[in-house]
Amino acid sequence: MSAFIGKYADELIKTAKYIATPGKGILAADESTGTIGKRLASINVENIEANRQALRELLFTAPNALTYLSGVILFEETLYQKTSGGKPFVDVLTDNSVVPGIKVDKGTVELAGTNSETTTQGFDSLGARCQQYYKAGARFAKWRAVLKIGPNEPSELAIQQNAQGLARYAIICQENGLVPIVEPEILTDGSHDIKKCAAVTEAVLAAVYKALNDHHVLLEGTLLKPNMVTPGSDSPKVGAEVIAEYTVTALRRTVPPAVPGIVFLSGGQSEEEATQNLNAMNKLEVLKPWTLSFSFGRALQQSTIKKWGGKKESVGAAQEALLVRCKANSEATLGKYAAGSVDAAASESLYVKGYKY
Amino acid sequence: MASATLLKSSFLPKRSEWVTAARPAASQPMAVSFTVRAGAYSDELVKTAKSIASPGRGILAMDESNATCGKRLASIGLENTEANRQAYRTLLVSAPGLGQYVSGAILFEETLYQSTVDGKKMVDVLNEQNIMPGIKVDKGLVPLTGSNDESWCQGLDGLASRCAAYYQQGARFAKWRTVVSIPNGPTALAVKEAAWGLARYAAIAQDNGLVPIVEPEILLDGEHGIDRTFEVAQKVWAEVFFYMAENNVMYEGILLKPSMVTPGAECKERATPEQVAEYTLKLLHRRIPPAVPGIMFLSGGQSEVEATLNLNAMNQSPNPWHVSFSYARALQNTCLKTWGGRPENVKAAQDTLLVRAKANSLAQLGKYTGEGESAEAKEGMYVKNYSY
Repeated sequence: MSAFIGKYADELIKTAKYIATPGKGILAADESTGTIGKRLASINVENIEANRQALRELLFTAPNALTYLSGVILFEETLYQKTSGGKPFVDVLTDNSVVPGIKVDKGTVELAGTNSETTTQGFDSLGARCQQYYKAGARFAKWRAVLKIGPNEPSELAIQQNAQGLARYAIICQENGLVPIVEPEILTDGSHDIKKCAAVTEAVLAAVYKALNDHHVLLEGTLLKPNMVTPGSDSPKVGAEVIAEYTVTALRRTVPPAVPGIVFLSGGQSEEEATQNLNAMNKLEVLKPWTLSFSFGRALQQSTIKKWGGKKESVGAAQEALLVRCKANSEATLGKYAAGSVDAAASESLYVKGYKY
Repeated sequence: MASATLLKSSFLPKRSEWVTAARPAASQPMAVSFTVRAGAYSDELVKTAKSIASPGRGILAMDESNATCGKRLASIGLENTEANRQAYRTLLVSAPGLGQYVSGAILFEETLYQSTVDGKKMVDVLNEQNIMPGIKVDKGLVPLTGSNDESWCQGLDGLASRCAAYYQQGARFAKWRTVVSIPNGPTALAVKEAAWGLARYAAIAQDNGLVPIVEPEILLDGEHGIDRTFEVAQKVWAEVFFYMAENNVMYEGILLKPSMVTPGAECKERATPEQVAEYTLKLLHRRIPPAVPGIMFLSGGQSEVEATLNLNAMNQSPNPWHVSFSYARALQNTCLKTWGGRPENVKAAQDTLLVRAKANSLAQLGKYTGEGESAEAKEGMYVKNYSY
C-alpha cells in the first residue's frame, strides 16, 4: 500500500507545500449559489450573477490582501468569471502568487437509518471534472464531509462512510493534478464539552488517515481542513489557550508529519475568535511538524460584506476590512497576533444552529 | 499562558469520570463511549516514555527467553543453567556507566525476579544505573490458522494481572513482539492479527502502569527488494495505528520498535545506510503521529556496525520523534564472545558492551564516525528462519 506516485506527484507536493507557507493561508470563497444568496440577502443585495461577480471582484482585487493568502477556494461559476475589466479571476490570483482552488463536492445527503447524519455527494465524473478544472487553472480542490456529535453520534457508519468518501475524492484529485484539501468537519452544534469534541475529533481523524492510507493517497500532496476542538455551541465557552491545547493534542495524535499543512475551518466562530484561537495554537511550545493556518470563509468575509452593503462607493472600505482580517490571520499563523482594535462586526458570532452550507 | 508540557493531567478526565461518562441513561440505547485516552497512570506513562526517549540514549534488549538465551550460551560453549544466565545478565547490567548510553533494559521474566551474583536485585542495579527496567510480556509466536503458514503472537490472557505484578516488581515498560513475513504474503489476516494483538496489549499495559513498546517486526527473510519492504511497512503501520486508536491507546505514553526498511536478506541488491535512512524516514513521516515520543529500532540480524551506521544516517537532521535503538544482538554479540563464560573476562566484555552502547548513543545524535570498529563488529548476524 505505497502511496500512488502518478505524473503529478512532484507538482502536488510542491503546491501543497507552497499553500502551507508560514504567514499565509486560504480564503474560502467557494459558497455555492444558494449559500452566497444568504450572504447577499443579509445586506439586501439581489442574488444575481452580476452581484456575485461584484463581491468576488471586491475580494480578489483588495489591495495587498493577496500577499497574506496562498490560496483561494472558488465555486465553479467563479472559476470561469472575470473582473469588470475583463481579466479572468484565475489570472488575478495567479499573478499575485495565490493558488486557485475549486470546490468539487455536490453537497450532503442524509444517511438513511441514522439520526440525520450525512454523507457527501460528487463522485460521478469527478475525474473528468478535475481535469477540466486543472485546465481552467485550478491546482487544488476541496470536499467537505460533515459529522455531528450527539448521544449516539457520530455513528461508526457515518465515520466510515465519510472517511472513505474523503479518501476516494482525494485519490481522484491526485490522479488529475489537484491537491486535495481533506475536510472532515465535526459541527459544533450541541451541549457537549470540549473533551467530548476532542475524543470525537481524534476518532474521526484516525479513521480518515486510515482510509487515505488504504486508498494510496500521497500524504505529502494533501492538506487537512479540520475543525478546531471546542466545547459545543450550547456549552460554556473556554479560552483560546484551552482550545489550542486540545486541538494541537488531537492533531499530534493523528496527523502524520508527511502532511505539510493544516488549514482550519472557522465554522461559525467570530472573526476575532478564530484569529485568536489560531494564534494561541501557533504560540504553543510543543513540536508541530505541519504548519497551522487558516481556510476561513465567514471569518474572513463577515465584516467585509457588511461594510460593502452592495454599494460601489463602499468597496474601498470593505476591501480595507478584508485586508485587516487577512493580516491578522497571517500574524496568527506566526503566533504574533496582538488583539488590536476590534470592531463590533469582528466579534460577532457567526454561529448558525443546524447550519446548512 | 502556553505550557511547555502539553499533556497536563488536569484536562484529562480522571478514571472515575471516564467510567461514569460511559454509562448511558437507562431508557436510551447503549451510547457509544469515547474517551480522550486517559487512565490512572497517564502522567507516569508520559514521563517514563520521555525518559527512555532521552537524547543520546536507547534500549538494551536482554529479554531472550530461556531457550533463546540457551542458544547464546551454547555459542560460547556454556550450559543453559540459571546460574549461567544469571552470570551473563549480571555482567550486562553492571557494566559501569552503562546508563549514560542506555535508558532502558528489557528483561525476561526470570531476570526481573533475579538477583545478581552479588545478591542485589537486578531491578535495583538497573535503577541505580538510571536505566528503567522493562519486561517482555508476550508468550511467543504460534502458527496462525487459516494463514499462509504465518504466525501470530499469544499473551493476552491474564495480561492485565501479569502487568500489574510486573509493575509491583519494578518494571515500568513492557514489550510485545509479533512478526510479519513478506515471503508468506503477508496475508491481510496476518497483518490484521498482528496489529490488533499489539493494540490490545498496548491498551492493557497502559492500564496497568507500563509503557508499551509496540513491535511488529517485519522479518528480514526473503529475496524482496527495499520497495516491497516499504510497501508492507506502510500497510502494517497504518493498521497498527488505526487499531490502537480504536483501543484508545494514549500515544504520548508508548514507544515503537519497528524494523528498518531494508531489502530482504537474500536480495541481491543491497542498500546503503543513506538509502535505508531515506526509506525508513519516509515511512515514519507517513505513518507516525508526532505525539509518539520515541522510535527505538530493532536490529533484526544486521551486524553491530550496520545497525549503528543505519541509525546514524537517520539522525542527520532533526526528527519529530526521538529516533534510537533497542538492540539485542547488535549490542551483545561481541560482548558475549569476549566474555566466553570466564570471570576473568568480565571487565573486557563490559568494555566492549560500553563501546557498542557509546557508538549507538553517538548514532542517535547523528555523530557516529565509525573509527576503530573491529572486524567482529562488522560481521552480519542474520540467521535464516531465525526463531527468537
